[in-house]
Amino acid sequence: MLHVDVWRGGETGAFQTFAIARRQHQTVLDVVTEIQREHDATLSYRFACRVGMCGSCAMVVNGRPRWTCRTRVREVADGERLRLEPLRNFTVVKDLAVEMTQFFDKWSAARGYFEPGAAPEEDFAVVPSATPARQAADAGIECIGCGVCHSACDVVAWDADYLGPAALNRAWTLVNDVRDRGQAARLDAVSGSDGCQACHTHMSCTSFCPKAIAPTYSIAGLKRAVLRRALGGGP
Amino acid sequence: MSALLFLAQRATAFVLAAAVAVHLGTILYATRGGLTAAEILARTRGNFWFLVFYATFVVVVAIHAPIGLRNILREWTEWRGRSVDLALALFSILLLALGLRAVLAVYAS
Repeated sequence: MLHVDVWRGGETGAFQTFAIARRQHQTVLDVVTEIQREHDATLSYRFACRVGMCGSCAMVVNGRPRWTCRTRVREVADGERLRLEPLRNFTVVKDLAVEMTQFFDKWSAARGYFEPGAAPEEDFAVVPSATPARQAADAGIECIGCGVCHSACDVVAWDADYLGPAALNRAWTLVNDVRDRGQAARLDAVSGSDGCQACHTHMSCTSFCPKAIAPTYSIAGLKRAVLRRALGGGP
Repeated sequence: MSALLFLAQRATAFVLAAAVAVHLGTILYATRGGLTAAEILARTRGNFWFLVFYATFVVVVAIHAPIGLRNILREWTEWRGRSVDLALALFSILLLALGLRAVLAVYAS
């Protein structure tokens, strides 16, 4: 049997232990689903695709933020024990479900959205995939906003206003989008007191990203771009 | 942290790395056979290069330390706003005044 300690409650609460049958190839999400369906229907958690595409099932499993759908129990179980907590650095709604609003508000604050400019281009933009800017954008573009990096980030834990690795990574992909017309405002947005310079380069985001993205390098790129701009060389 | 504060902190860190190495190296070298205050003052009084080196050291510290302290305050306390910047500007002036006073005292006494 697998002994699973599950966080119950909101910001305050306690762990509740469930005994779940061990199965071959069982994922952590399978365990959570079994608890909810067979043991306690009041358990709250979030998932959608079950195959690592949507990013909604992220939780802290035995101390580390992970996608539960892509994590097999045998890879992470400490003996026969699992400890499931909601993502850190988020407000807990209930049990294993967290409030994502503040997280995505930070994407907006970092201007992590495409700015087409006042007048649309008349023709399709041709962006060769081999250009350095496009390759830099491609390196970070696969982020699906699961919040694992945000949960792992020490700086977010210290300073709740820090924009965080996901928002800054998104901003960096747009800084490298040659079609974008909002670069000056974006570089200003990511260089405030809560912006890219606050990063300590601990690399927890890069270490835990399930998509193998390196937000640390994106943030380093933003630091360079912001400095260039401050010295009069940027957009 | 604004880009200019970030740049100022990194640029002063470069200077500090060299200045601290020279400072410590000089101490180790000069005290090999024992050293008295009178001997130190005999070397520093009227020494233009001593004045330039340590005055630079003090100025760089007065820029570097308050910026770092500001970051630490942001991460470890809830203190925000202009009052932080004002307090750290005063701290910078304090470092500058005390440091330059000490340098001048050893240079000119």
